Amino acid sequence: MAEPLVTHSGLAGALMIDNVDTDQIIPSREMRTVSREGLADGLFAGWRYESPGSRTLRADFVLNRHPPASILISGHNFGCGSSREHAVWALAEFGIRVIIAKSFGEIFHGNCYRNGVLPVTLPAEDVDRLASSCDGQVIDVDVRAQTVSARALPGWTGAFAIGAYSKRLISEGLDPIRLTLKEAGAIAGFLERDRIDRPWVYN
Amino acid sequence: MATLFDKLWGMHRVADAGDGYDLLAVDRLLLHERTGGVALKSLEEQDLPVVHAARCFTFMDHIVSFRAGRARNEARSPGGETFILETRRLSADAGIRIIDTDSPDQGIVHVAGPELGIVLPGFTVMCPDSHTCSLGALGALAWGIGSSEAEHILATGTIRARKPRQMRIRVTGELRAGVTAKDLALFLIARHGAQGGNRCAIEFCGSAVDALSMEGRLTLCNMAVEFAAYTALIAPDERTLDFVRGRQLSPAGEGLLEAESHWRTLSTDAGAVFDTEITLDAGTVTPQVSWGTSPEETIALDACVPEGSNVRALSYMGLDSGQRLEGLTIQGAFIGSCTNGRLSDLKMAADQLRGKKIAAGVRGVCVPGSQGVKREAEKLALDQIFIEAGFEWGEPGCAMCFYAGGETFPSGARVLSSTNRNFEGRQGPGVRTHLSNPAVVAASAVAGYITMPQPAQPLGETA
Ligand code: SF4
Repeated sequence: MAEPLVTHSGLAGALMIDNVDTDQIIPSREMRTVSREGLADGLFAGWRYESPGSRTLRADFVLNRHPPASILISGHNFGCGSSREHAVWALAEFGIRVIIAKSFGEIFHGNCYRNGVLPVTLPAEDVDRLASSCDGQVIDVDVRAQTVSARALPGWTGAFAIGAYSKRLISEGLDPIRLTLKEAGAIAGFLERDRIDRPWVYN
Repeated sequence: MATLFDKLWGMHRVADAGDGYDLLAVDRLLLHERTGGVALKSLEEQDLPVVHAARCFTFMDHIVSFRAGRARNEARSPGGETFILETRRLSADAGIRIIDTDSPDQGIVHVAGPELGIVLPGFTVMCPDSHTCSLGALGALAWGIGSSEAEHILATGTIRARKPRQMRIRVTGELRAGVTAKDLALFLIARHGAQGGNRCAIEFCGSAVDALSMEGRLTLCNMAVEFAAYTALIAPDERTLDFVRGRQLSPAGEGLLEAESHWRTLSTDAGAVFDTEITLDAGTVTPQVSWGTSPEETIALDACVPEGSNVRALSYMGLDSGQRLEGLTIQGAFIGSCTNGRLSDLKMAADQLRGKKIAAGVRGVCVPGSQGVKREAEKLALDQIFIEAGFEWGEPGCAMCFYAGGETFPSGARVLSSTNRNFEGRQGPGVRTHLSNPAVVAASAVAGYITMPQPAQPLGETA
C-alpha cells in the first residue's frame, strides 16, 4: 500500500517534454511479468540508460541524480498513450510521489490516485517557472490545502484541483478497493435487504 | 417518473462513492480467459480474497481453439495455452465456477451466459469485455469494465460507477422480410455515426424491438458499443420471461413466480424524460454491408460506396468511391461470434446453403456461439448443411471474430463476416472485413461475391 500523502517536501526533477507517453515511462520490453512489482528498474529505460537493454546510467538524465527526485515536473499530456497501469507502478516504485505537469493523459491521471502518486495540474507558465527555478530544489506540496510552493520562489503559491474521493485515496494511502472495503457495513446492509427483496439473485 | 435504467441503478445503489460516483452492487461478474486471469492474479498478489465467488463465472471463449476435436488446453493463438491454464487455476483457487473448454455449457460469454440463466432480468452484470452490453437485451444492467474494475468487484462485490446520460431509441413499424436486427443496428450506426450513442445508456423500444426474438435483441444490444453507447437495455416482456424460464440457473417454482412478478415491474414510466431521443422507421431498413474500417462506414447492400469517402479506409479495403459492393469477389465467409452466433443466425445461413456449395476460392467458417447452440443446430442437421456446402464447422468460441495471432484469412482477403467490428486488422493483418447479417454471408459465400440472399423458403409449417 502507498504511504499516505498529506504534505510532501521533496526534490524536484524537471523533464520538460510534452506528450511523455506510457511506453516511454515503461517500455513494453521492460514489462516482463504480469506482476506489478519490479518495474522501477525499467522506468524510462530508453532515456535513463546508455543503450537499450543496458543498465549503464546516463549521467545527464534527470532521474539519475543523487539523491533522486521524488517530484517530477513535466509538460503537456504527461502519461498519454496506452492505458498500461505499469507506468504508474514503475514511477511509484522508483519513489515518485508527485507529478506536476501542464496536463495529463486521462487514464494515467486516474491511475495515479489509485497508486499513491499525486498528479498536480498547474497553469503552463507556473510549470515552466517551477522547472526553471526549482530543478534540483525542494518543492512543498500540501494536499489538504491543495497548494504547491517552493523555497526558490518565495511568495509564490500554486493551487490545484482534486476531487474529494481522489483526495481521500491519496491522503489515506488507499486504493479504491481498500477504500470501498471501509464501506463494508453499508454493503452488508444492502445485501441483507436485497436477499429478502430479490432472493433469486443469491441462489 | 423514472426510466428503467434509473430504477435498476437505484435498486443496486449501495452508497455515494464520492466525486459523482455511486457504489453499485454487482449481481454477476463474468470473466474470460483473456482478461479474467490478469484480474485474479493481481488480487492474489495483493492478498485480497474474492468475496462472492458463487456469483462469479469464468468462461473460456476468446482464445480457445475452434478446431473440430480441439484438445482441452488448445489455444488458437501462440502462447494462448498459458492464459487458459492460468485462468483455470486462479478461478479454481478462488472457488469460481469455470465453464471450461470441455464443458457441455461452454461458449462465448455473451451467448452462453443468457443460455445458462446466469444473466437474468434486472441483474447488474459486469464483464471485462466491451460487448457485455449485449446482455441488456434481457433487461439487465450490463456493461464492459476494465481489469482494475474487475478486481474491485471480485474484492468487494461492488463497482464504482458514474451514472451516464440516457438515450431512448424508438424503432417504429416493422422490419421487412429478410431484414434482421443486425441490419437495424448497422443502419442506425451508419445514419448517426459510430459516436452517435455519445456514451449514453440506451433503451431500445418500439414495435420493431418488441417484435424481435430474444436472439435478435441480443444482436441489437451487442452492437450498441459500436455506437459508442455506455450500454443498451430492453425492458423485459413476456418473451424475455419465456426465454429465461427453465434455464439451468434460473429460479424455479415459488422463487420463479416471485422473480417474475418483480421482472414484470421493470419498465420505464410513461412520463420519464431521456437526455436524447431517436426515432427510426424499421420499414426503411434494408440488408446492410459495411464497406470501410468502422461500423459507421456501412451502406445498403445494393448501394455504392459514397463519394468522398475516407481515403485510408478505401485503400485498406481496396475500394474506390462510387464502387458497388454487390458483385465484389470475396475470399472468406465467417459466421459466428456474440453478434450472430446463435441458433436463428445459423438457421438463416443454412437456408441459403441448403443443397448448395460455396464458390471455389472462398473459405467458409461457421463457429456456433456455444455448445448449446451447436447441439441444437446439430439436432436440426444444420451442421450437415454447412459441411456439405463446404463450410468448416468449428468448436464454440470467439474464433475468427478477432485476431489473436495464429491462423486466419490471408492478408488482402475480402471477408464477409457476421461479427461486429471491421477495424483494420481485426480479423488478421490486412484482412478486409465486411460486416453483414449471416444470410448475406452465406448467400455471398455460395455466389463467390457479395450478393442479396434468396428470400427464405417457407418450410411448410409456417407461411
Ligand atoms: S465474439 Fe468477438 S466481440 Fe464477441 S466477445 Fe468474442 S471477441 Fe469479443
